[in-house]
Amino acid sequence: MAEKEIDEPTGTETTGHAWDGIKELNNPLPRWWLIVFWVTVVWSIGYWVLMPAWPGLPGIGGYTKGVRDHSERANVTEAVAALDAQRADDTRRLLAAPDMQAIENDPDLQAFALAAGESLFGDNCATCHGAGGQGFKGYPNLNDDSWLWGGQLEEIRQTLRYGIRSGHENAHLSIMQAFGSDGLLPRETVDDLVHYVRGLSGQEHDGTAAERAAPVFQAQCAQCHGSDGKGDQSQGAPNLTDPIWLYGGDAMTIRETLWNGRGGVMPAWEERLSEEEILALAVYVHSLGGGE
Amino acid sequence: MANTRVAQRGLGTDGMLIALALGIGVFYWLFVAARAVDPLMSFHAYVFIIGFTAGLFGLVMYATTPPAEETGYQTAVVKAGVFASTFWGIAGFLVGVIIALQLAFPNLLYFDALGWTNFGRLRPLHTSAVIFAFGGNVLIATSFYVVQRTSRARLAGGLAPWFVFWGYNLFIVVAATGYLAGVTQSKEYAEPEWYADLWLTIVWVVYLLVFLGTIWKRKEPHIYVANWFYLSFIVTIAMLHIVNNLALPVSLTGSKSYSLFAGVQDALTQWWYGHNAVGFFLTTGFLAIMYYFIPKRAERPVYSYRLSIVHFWSLIFIYIWAGPHHLHYTALPEWAQTLGMTFSIMLWMPSWGGMINGLMTLSGAWDKLRTDPVLRMLVVSVAFYGMSTFEGPVMSVRAVNSLSHYTDWTIGHVHSGALGWVGYISFGALYCLVPWLWKRKDLYSRALVEWHFWISTLGILLYITSMWVSGIMQGLMWRAYNDFGFLEFSFVETVEAMHPYYIIRALGGSLFLIGSFIMAYNLWRTARGDLRAGEKRPVMAPQPALAE
Repeated sequence: MAEKEIDEPTGTETTGHAWDGIKELNNPLPRWWLIVFWVTVVWSIGYWVLMPAWPGLPGIGGYTKGVRDHSERANVTEAVAALDAQRADDTRRLLAAPDMQAIENDPDLQAFALAAGESLFGDNCATCHGAGGQGFKGYPNLNDDSWLWGGQLEEIRQTLRYGIRSGHENAHLSIMQAFGSDGLLPRETVDDLVHYVRGLSGQEHDGTAAERAAPVFQAQCAQCHGSDGKGDQSQGAPNLTDPIWLYGGDAMTIRETLWNGRGGVMPAWEERLSEEEILALAVYVHSLGGGE
Repeated sequence: MANTRVAQRGLGTDGMLIALALGIGVFYWLFVAARAVDPLMSFHAYVFIIGFTAGLFGLVMYATTPPAEETGYQTAVVKAGVFASTFWGIAGFLVGVIIALQLAFPNLLYFDALGWTNFGRLRPLHTSAVIFAFGGNVLIATSFYVVQRTSRARLAGGLAPWFVFWGYNLFIVVAATGYLAGVTQSKEYAEPEWYADLWLTIVWVVYLLVFLGTIWKRKEPHIYVANWFYLSFIVTIAMLHIVNNLALPVSLTGSKSYSLFAGVQDALTQWWYGHNAVGFFLTTGFLAIMYYFIPKRAERPVYSYRLSIVHFWSLIFIYIWAGPHHLHYTALPEWAQTLGMTFSIMLWMPSWGGMINGLMTLSGAWDKLRTDPVLRMLVVSVAFYGMSTFEGPVMSVRAVNSLSHYTDWTIGHVHSGALGWVGYISFGALYCLVPWLWKRKDLYSRALVEWHFWISTLGILLYITSMWVSGIMQGLMWRAYNDFGFLEFSFVETVEAMHPYYIIRALGGSLFLIGSFIMAYNLWRTARGDLRAGEKRPVMAPQPALAE
């Protein structure tokens, strides 16, 4: 059985066994393999000496802290503190700025606020308002100068802090009624109103139907949207005379809005972002193009 | 004595035990189906009832057939394993291509009303289909083949190997349908719920007994190295599976359970399991395949007996410690991270021992790589193994990990191991097995193997390189700061930047899938006994039969 034989092509001895025709050569461990293995072992032991590595025995607890007493947790705390210290001056000046003009007059401060705002916008606001603030159906475009709840710095800040219909006690509240599905207006009147509203923004419409709806608009809609349909920022009522539409200005969508009502939600960011972050975001949004 | 009755095979103790188990199982699952507290449990109860009833029916069919001589090697169960491996392989690769496309084009197959076509459901279906369905069937089939031949003994346990095969595949069906229906315990690579886990435990213990029983009755004085590797795979997977799945069901007739571990202990247990699934399922299991099929195909002795022993013991001793490197920079205590990282570094050479033994076995036969595409596939697989077992330790270093973690680099790393190493060693083994099992002179076509090899190699390279580029880019974008220390890029910008690489990755995956179709066709024609005309073929040594 275990007769050693010599493998011809390599001239190496075999172990003398064969399994299903498979033999094994009696080669030693490759020297480089063994050396590199021991190097990794020695390196690891060195690493254990320097760094936190082994848990304490049961009953003793703790762990070996290592010569360097390294702590990733302490490093992060330190790095965050250093960053806060580096920004402390800018943050303080930003919070102290009385108005937008003051921030714009201080190019360094403005650059700081915009950098912070842009970064915050990308990870918090872009999901709904788009990466460039261009908005989507139901989520306003922030690049234009048409504002639902006001486009001055302090107004934007207010909206950011408390949100819209967010459930926060200071949130902007107001609701577009569901005139159709709640039975406030008969079907024909809603259909007529669609024409009236389209007429306000100079779109194609049926003049007689619009005429029929004119008194209804004054009675039902003017309270919020104004008798001229130009809207009211204090109530978040959109201007109906411009070509900017939150949900859409085609007859189908306007009818849907009238029939089912609207009430989009924006969260209250006060719960998630700090005061200076909200201010920086307000500066950034203000700068997108439409700040008042 | 006139006996007009046709002789029947009947059931031995093995068959009786299986019938008893299945019978009890049917009653148990009927009870669960009647009392199920959630629809998912009731659905899976019916899956089990159908599976067990089919098993009982199969036993009756078996028992009533005329007796056949049952000597020699048990090859039928290996043949079934070849079918299952090919089927699940293609299914798993296909789902992989679909989810790769979903990452590139997120609206693909997104339907509000159909939860199961979502990425979140299909992703675990892909990972488990390729690892456990494809890889698992390859491991079971090859281990049943290899252990018989290297022990010169028929598989132990009579019908037990069939129980293992069908039982394992029933588990796969329960797991796969569970993923689609939304049954999950939210542990990566261990998503199936408690009842599926218990069933797998039963199947796995029988698997271990069959394997040990065969080794026990071997006619060779020593246990061949491939069998040590198979055994370490079977034993360790049992341990990992049981510990990580320790959970308390909410109800014995409900699908939901809660893990016995919580918080960071749960995370560490999960990654102890997760990393060693890579170690003991995808590494030692497939190294066993390598240790049989490469020397066999190359017709050369294994390079070094001593290296095989030393790298085996160092590999299994060190691998089991490496899991914490999945939890760098988390709530896991730093000392545990250090241990995970240093043991991963020390794992480098033990892993490479297998590569050296695989590659150096070719000494004296390197010329065969030119003419034998199957051997080339096996050898390239070992090269990928070497590459990913070097990349792994590098990525486990905390500083490197701070860049690579959570990025596509990890996905690229996994796939260089999965497609290159596990895929190719399995394909090579299947290409060897089919002519041997069906006693054919050669494969239907070697030219088709060449096509498979080159198409899928191109696919793997596209896959890995695109994920390297996108992963490193992603990591760098995540840590880019502007002058004021604010993040330079929003998350969605990093997603947008990866789009072209996602398309390249999907293309690479598609090529790999096409290759597997070519293989399936070639294997099927081979099993039928066809030989493609006009191909030059070297003479292959036939596999010896079991001599009593």
